[in-house]
Amino acid sequence: MEINLEEAFQKRIDDEIKIEPRDWMPEKYRKTLLRQISQHAHSEIVGMLPEGNWITRAPNLRRKVALLAKVQDEAGHGLYLYSAAETLGMSRDEMLNELHTGKAKYSSIFNYPTLTWADMGAIGWLVDGAAIMNQVPLCRASYGPYARAMVRVCKEESFHQRQGYEIMLTLCQGTPEQKAMAQDALNRWWWPSMMMFGPNDDNSPNSAQSTKWKIKRFSNDELRQKFVDVSVPQAEILGITIPDPDLKWNEARGHYDFGVINWDEFNQVVAGNGPCNKQRLKARVDAWEKGAWVREAAVAYAEKREKRNSNKENSNAA
Amino acid sequence: MAEKDLLYNYSLHLADNSMILGQRCGEWCGHGPVLEQDIALTNIALDLIGEARSLYQLAAELKGGNANEDTVAFLRDVMAYKNVLLVEQPNYDWAYTIVRQFFYDVFHFYLHSELINSTEPRLSNIAAKSLKEVTYHLKWSSEWMIRLGDGTDISREKMQDAVNGLWEYTGELFMPSAIEQQAFEAGFAPDLNILKPLWQEKVEDILAESTLFIPENNYQQKGGKTGVHSEHMGYILADMQYLQRAYPGANW
Repeated sequence: MEINLEEAFQKRIDDEIKIEPRDWMPEKYRKTLLRQISQHAHSEIVGMLPEGNWITRAPNLRRKVALLAKVQDEAGHGLYLYSAAETLGMSRDEMLNELHTGKAKYSSIFNYPTLTWADMGAIGWLVDGAAIMNQVPLCRASYGPYARAMVRVCKEESFHQRQGYEIMLTLCQGTPEQKAMAQDALNRWWWPSMMMFGPNDDNSPNSAQSTKWKIKRFSNDELRQKFVDVSVPQAEILGITIPDPDLKWNEARGHYDFGVINWDEFNQVVAGNGPCNKQRLKARVDAWEKGAWVREAAVAYAEKREKRNSNKENSNAA
Repeated sequence: MAEKDLLYNYSLHLADNSMILGQRCGEWCGHGPVLEQDIALTNIALDLIGEARSLYQLAAELKGGNANEDTVAFLRDVMAYKNVLLVEQPNYDWAYTIVRQFFYDVFHFYLHSELINSTEPRLSNIAAKSLKEVTYHLKWSSEWMIRLGDGTDISREKMQDAVNGLWEYTGELFMPSAIEQQAFEAGFAPDLNILKPLWQEKVEDILAESTLFIPENNYQQKGGKTGVHSEHMGYILADMQYLQRAYPGANW
């Protein structure tokens, strides 16, 4: 019986029919998705911190408003994604508990610090750019609630990406100090952005199953190559240099060749040894703990009110 | 004071309040007690800074020359800022944030309800747009006053503590500066004496529903409107103006 269910499930996926929360699904599919979507939601929420760091210091009012709105969009993405993940049978509070206890991961890119205003540009341009490469195919992911959440997320991400690039462009057309600031940000964010696509294909054990389930549509290396090919001409327009001496156009492949990623650094950051892992997690745990009395009071008040209303109804009925 | 200068200075009174409170609300972004409220408070920050921008644009137009919204907002030092002491008070915790917001929202709501009748159309237009937003802010902060005041013992204690801590900054809202007084006499600003009883009544109503009390000590601080701020203000501006000060004249 199990075999038939699983075959029917795979056939729906092969036929590009979306899987919905009430449909039968293999336990491993559910777990894989739950892990991926909750990690994605956590990344949005932790991702608010490095940019939130610059809200009070944005250089002018237009940029301040745009940055606030952007970080707010990330909170909104977190909401859609937690909701999508909840359809797989775990509550938001449980997911947050996994984040706070270190059981759940989030994107390692957010463990790097934002040191100058140019980092707001580089994050929008490169980090959101890499995220879009990863996320656009997810709009067609086999799980309906995830795919639909991603459609909304991607629309806003591409706006953020253009906004980030525009910050970089303004800096690069500005004073020599501003251009140096932009170059410095590119130097620091380039390689971590390249790592956002995950390990090389021959070192990515879960990819085959995710591809078969149409959660994943392109391999890590395919997406990374696409990111490089798109980013190089953009850096040329800015007039700043990507920090990779091996970067060059390969006529035969029709792609840019690029240098070897420092996987040791990647693994260290994933393992918790990035420059800001501890601070990011602490900020999230602090917000949660300091907010506990607020959430408890909101629940207590709602219960009181319900009780008062039902007392009123009872006395009306009497 | 020439009418143009008066309008410039009066616009700064309005703008600086919203700007500084917006800056304070923005500090919460990413750190709220629950995601939905993080989003809500960021919305309020966006509305407040949006209103401040409209007013700074008006001020810049009146000032003329190379002035723009950013030179007006970023290149004035503490003593030239005209916001009330209330809005520059630190976030401390969610209770202080809500009580500060509520006290200001009630004022902001009645102020704009009058300002839409200003004889100065540029002010009445800004007030009309802002009033819709402020109506929502007031609803939001009133609901949180009640929810937390009448929530748990702990939440009531924290809220009462915040009311006690912030009460001494509410009186300044209704003590007219020389500029506000002249602007009222010139016909484009509301009479703060009319707003005060409206504010008092609304605040008393919501506090009663929140099971909270007005503290006995009614001594009121003042100074913000004339540039004599609290120590917090210098740090707010140090953050806010850092890039404009460090890289004079740069485009961002």
